[in-house]
Amino acid sequence: MNIGASSSILSLIIFLPLLFALVISFWPQRQTLRELALGFSLIQLAVSLLLLRDFDSTTAALQFTEQFTWIERFGISYFVGVDGISLMLVILTTVLMPIMILGSWKSISEQVKGFHVALFVLQSAMLGSFLAMDAILFYVFWELSLIPMYFIVGIWGGARRIYATVKFFIYTMAGSLLMLLAIIFMMRLTPEVTGGAISASLLDFYKLEIPFIAGDFFTPQTLLFFAFAVAFAIKVPLFPLHTWLPDAHVEAPTPGSVVLAGVMLKMGTYGFLRWVIPLFPDASSHYAWLFIALGLVGIIYGALVAMIQPDMKKLVAYSSVSHMGYVILGLFVMNVYGMGGSLYQMLNHGISTGGLFLLIGMIYERTHSREISKYGGLAAAMPIFTIFFIIVTMSSIAVPLTNGFVGEFLILMGAYQYSFTASIFAVTGVILGATYMLWMVKNIFFGPAGEIVKASEHDPEHRLHDMSKREIAVMLPIVILIFWMGLFPNTIMDYSKQSINHLLQNKQNYSLEVK
Amino acid sequence: MLETSMFSEIGLNHYLVLSALLFTIGMAGILLRRNLIVVLMSIELMLNAVNISFVAFSKYNMNSEGQVMVFFVMTIAAAEAAVGLAIIVSIFKRFKEVNIRFFEHLKG
Amino acid sequence: MDHQILIAVLLLSPLLGFLINGFRFRSQSYVIAGTVATLAVTVSFVCSILLFIELLALPAESRRITAHFFEWINLGDLNINAAFVVDQISSIMLLIITGVGALIHLFSIGYMHHDKGVTKYFSYLNFFVFNMLILVLGDSLVTMFVGWEGVGLCSYLLIGFWFSDSAKAAAGMKAFITNRVGDAAFLLGMFILFMTFGTLNFYELNALAPTTMEASWLGAVTLATLMLFIGATGKSAQIPLYVWLPDAMAGPTPVSALIHAATMVTAGVYMIIRLNPMFVAAPNTMMVIAIVGAATAVMAATIGVVQNDIKKVLAYSTVSQLGYMFLAVGVGAFGAGMMHLMTHAFFKALMFLGSGSVIHAMHEEQDIRKMGGLRKYLPVTHFTFILGWLAIIGFPFFSGFFSKDEILWQSFSSPRGHTLLWVAGALGAVLTAFYMTRLMALTFWGKSRVDKNIHPHESPWTMTVPLIILGILSVISGFIGVPHAIAEFMGHIPNYWQQWLAPVIRPLPIEELQSVTHTLSEEYMLMGISVFLAMCSAIFAYVVYTKKKHIAENTAQSLKPIYNLLDNKYYVDEIYFGAIINPLVKQSRNLWYYIDVNVIDRMTHVASDVATNGGKLVKTLQNGNMQQYAMYVSLGLIIVLSYVLMR
Repeated sequence: MNIGASSSILSLIIFLPLLFALVISFWPQRQTLRELALGFSLIQLAVSLLLLRDFDSTTAALQFTEQFTWIERFGISYFVGVDGISLMLVILTTVLMPIMILGSWKSISEQVKGFHVALFVLQSAMLGSFLAMDAILFYVFWELSLIPMYFIVGIWGGARRIYATVKFFIYTMAGSLLMLLAIIFMMRLTPEVTGGAISASLLDFYKLEIPFIAGDFFTPQTLLFFAFAVAFAIKVPLFPLHTWLPDAHVEAPTPGSVVLAGVMLKMGTYGFLRWVIPLFPDASSHYAWLFIALGLVGIIYGALVAMIQPDMKKLVAYSSVSHMGYVILGLFVMNVYGMGGSLYQMLNHGISTGGLFLLIGMIYERTHSREISKYGGLAAAMPIFTIFFIIVTMSSIAVPLTNGFVGEFLILMGAYQYSFTASIFAVTGVILGATYMLWMVKNIFFGPAGEIVKASEHDPEHRLHDMSKREIAVMLPIVILIFWMGLFPNTIMDYSKQSINHLLQNKQNYSLEVK
Repeated sequence: MLETSMFSEIGLNHYLVLSALLFTIGMAGILLRRNLIVVLMSIELMLNAVNISFVAFSKYNMNSEGQVMVFFVMTIAAAEAAVGLAIIVSIFKRFKEVNIRFFEHLKG
Repeated sequence: MDHQILIAVLLLSPLLGFLINGFRFRSQSYVIAGTVATLAVTVSFVCSILLFIELLALPAESRRITAHFFEWINLGDLNINAAFVVDQISSIMLLIITGVGALIHLFSIGYMHHDKGVTKYFSYLNFFVFNMLILVLGDSLVTMFVGWEGVGLCSYLLIGFWFSDSAKAAAGMKAFITNRVGDAAFLLGMFILFMTFGTLNFYELNALAPTTMEASWLGAVTLATLMLFIGATGKSAQIPLYVWLPDAMAGPTPVSALIHAATMVTAGVYMIIRLNPMFVAAPNTMMVIAIVGAATAVMAATIGVVQNDIKKVLAYSTVSQLGYMFLAVGVGAFGAGMMHLMTHAFFKALMFLGSGSVIHAMHEEQDIRKMGGLRKYLPVTHFTFILGWLAIIGFPFFSGFFSKDEILWQSFSSPRGHTLLWVAGALGAVLTAFYMTRLMALTFWGKSRVDKNIHPHESPWTMTVPLIILGILSVISGFIGVPHAIAEFMGHIPNYWQQWLAPVIRPLPIEELQSVTHTLSEEYMLMGISVFLAMCSAIFAYVVYTKKKHIAENTAQSLKPIYNLLDNKYYVDEIYFGAIINPLVKQSRNLWYYIDVNVIDRMTHVASDVATNGGKLVKTLQNGNMQQYAMYVSLGLIIVLSYVLMR
């Protein structure tokens, strides 16, 4: 059987996790639940790799499309398709899933069933929003992804989980309502291009020419642009809409943090790339400076604030703000280096920050503390853990031959092409990034034995075990990806080159062919 | 034909005014009286006020739909009285109280 | 094709060594770890020699062996390949790195045998060699940057090798971050070059380098080369980014010899020589380089005069000698700079290893005030150290003499030189002679001040053999590049060095060269002056520190403010911390507190409070009084009815 060649592979990818969630929720045995979930996530990964195999990277056209009428009166359809922009994010989602399930093996001990159901529903929603080509369908998946995340943080989270989860929910919700309004507004415009019928198809949206007057804020294109941009900027999160992220990260359980940093933030930047820039080319160009400036502020501000955080997770959360600032910077400089680098950086950030959260989760399981000042000298007690941590750190601070370098280098180059000043600000992030990460590494792993390590030496019950085989299995794929993506970036960038070139060359009248 | 009727001086409006008066009395009873049983009785009053309008309209419009409706209303009123009284009785048994102000559990 | 295999073996052999030792990092068998690592580098050394021989066989104009492995980053116009090139410049670097590297690996077997992390140590060392090879072989600035950051990473790991000491871990971090400052500028330099010339490949860039000199400070070439130079100041420890190198002495001593003396710190000089046509086209940058180099040479030498830690003295001496190299390339004497890079690699590695041998013998004691008279306990170390000492103070016909003299002469005579640059160089030479002699006197000569519990002993053969080989190289290596003036005097020895490098060095423009004329007698005179002063200074130091200690103490007393200034290294660290780092950290805390907590979160809370309070307000309507609810219903009915009726 050749699943990949069949035309409904995207639906399979989107709905398989829902089916898995259903099976898990009726699974009678508690003991084998995790194994089952892991198996399912591997099946899902295999299916997505089939998609990768059959994907045609020589074209920018939309591939594997499926379209069924859903609500005929409003022209809403179930319309999915994949191109070079969404493909890699889909793979990222399916790759991280088994890693997350394996990573939560020990840390989630209550309501295991519910947790895995939430995880699979979340996966389905995220994949749906990456693949949806219909505005309303996209909106439905976008909102759907909030609900399982709400429960993941709210049920399995830390002490202030309710505060964090409500904050997260309301921030994102506020943004997406603006987006819904904008979608409805645009749907009312579509009869111009479809010859009378309302349509919610993104392809029809692309054909719209929405009036734009430079300098006048209250023109349709500018307003629509900002409605979408704010919704996505909250998700990214772009300074100053970022404060939900540290709270959510600190309170979320490890897999929650991983999925949040690894995939959910990318939904925001993906939104910019798929929706905002092609739909509102004039407004995007005209207000690019604003987003570049905010991206730069995010880079530097995130790094500076990360430097003084006493909590590991909060530090990494602020580093996310900084890294995602690079992504936004790269997107809005609107040249091939910036955009290519941004797309690559989205994957990098997913992998390296995801890896950092997993590692922090592992140490938290042992010591129940994330306070940096309580650590010190951990390298002597847990050498293998230290090696992994340092590798992931190097990826995070973009040392060459790791994935981080390729993305950051390209974005910085794009920033230079945009303006020298922008690149000067952006490279300070390179320095500050090294500062806070190495500061954390030094205080956790090096120096004389800290409170926790000392306690573990005297107390056999709290002895610090180095990484178990399972934990190594969790981190190994991440480390392999870090080096693979650092050494052979072309093998990954080739998939998206056509799409990015197509977007840059046809920014003013963007359209996607269906293959 | 109707002009020769003995009710010729008394028109539809008379019935409607009577109905409205009864309805208002019933409503005032619901709004103002504290005793649950009196409130229930006021509801009956309102229902019957409506019945009067139904019958009057039926008569003056020369069709029987209004009268059919009255039977429905009467049935519902009977059922409602039965259920309502049963609830009031059980409330009284439980709380020894029929004052409506005592029951504030819906407070926000 | 066989070149490709040769280069692949050259690169992969240390990487393999790194992986083998890396995977068995728990092992404490220093024999296996050391053998694997040393062998790995030796294989690379053999490959380097083979490549060198192949280069020799090629005609001078086309001496270039390239190996293209795969395409690394391809996007837009950017094409960066994993491609490596061996030519006149990189082959010399290859020989230095793998040759000196192999000796230092051998030395490490003896030096580190008692250490628990010996396997980890050797894996890092191999990884360093791998990165350093990438740095020198890369055919584009980006490939070079891979090695550039990679050696920084290894340096970070090796400085903080004994990580349980907080200060050592901090020193590693300091090195990495200071380098990062330079790297950020390096990146900018790359971008400017790429956007101006459309390529980052060295050969293409050099071919495209403008032949007309760029006069403006803000021209693309000047700006790009300045940025690259800032990168070089980070890696090669020049003002203002030299502060990490003295702290880097926290690492094991062989590391200081390999990374912080012989190889990594010369990367900046190497990079400039690699791109010399570009730098030649930017006279303003050259001027900055020369001034920074001269200033660093003098400043570091003055600090070196008062240091009491044997490794710190050598560290400041390294900074100072690197200054000479920059002075050389800054005045356009790329060959001389490269020459000094090589001779310095030999004699400074020798002296660092010698200091390692001393420290080893003294049971980790590094303070030279607690040494003295070690000559009789450590004969081999002492003898080889003398060779290194004579080389560095520029004693005639030792290697350092040729290279340093050439630099001083060029700094005076080159059209881009200046008398003041020569004065600074000569002053540096005098100071160098002083503090190196002081080091010798306090360590090896005079009366023993060694603690009675310590019984110094000569090191095993694994440590002395490298010393002897490096000692020989320190003596003879100068003869391959005898300067013109001395060659005349010694019977027309050809300058092999200049001949070898000539095809890849772009000379200064002919009109500039014609604008200055200097005679041979001037050269003899200047050489005489500098050598004479240096020798006087050395003799003075010898007398002061072996016989008349009170002079030193009295001088230090009478010049207390200057002594303190030097002892505290001009308070540069304090200034950096006080003026930049601490305020930054403090402001970051304020930033977080005022912006995140007090503005953004407060606004969020205000918004949620508005909703909550609004809800509370309306809540009073729902008071549980059912009759009131009925009232609302009736009121609503009345309002609706009246609206309908009155419409």
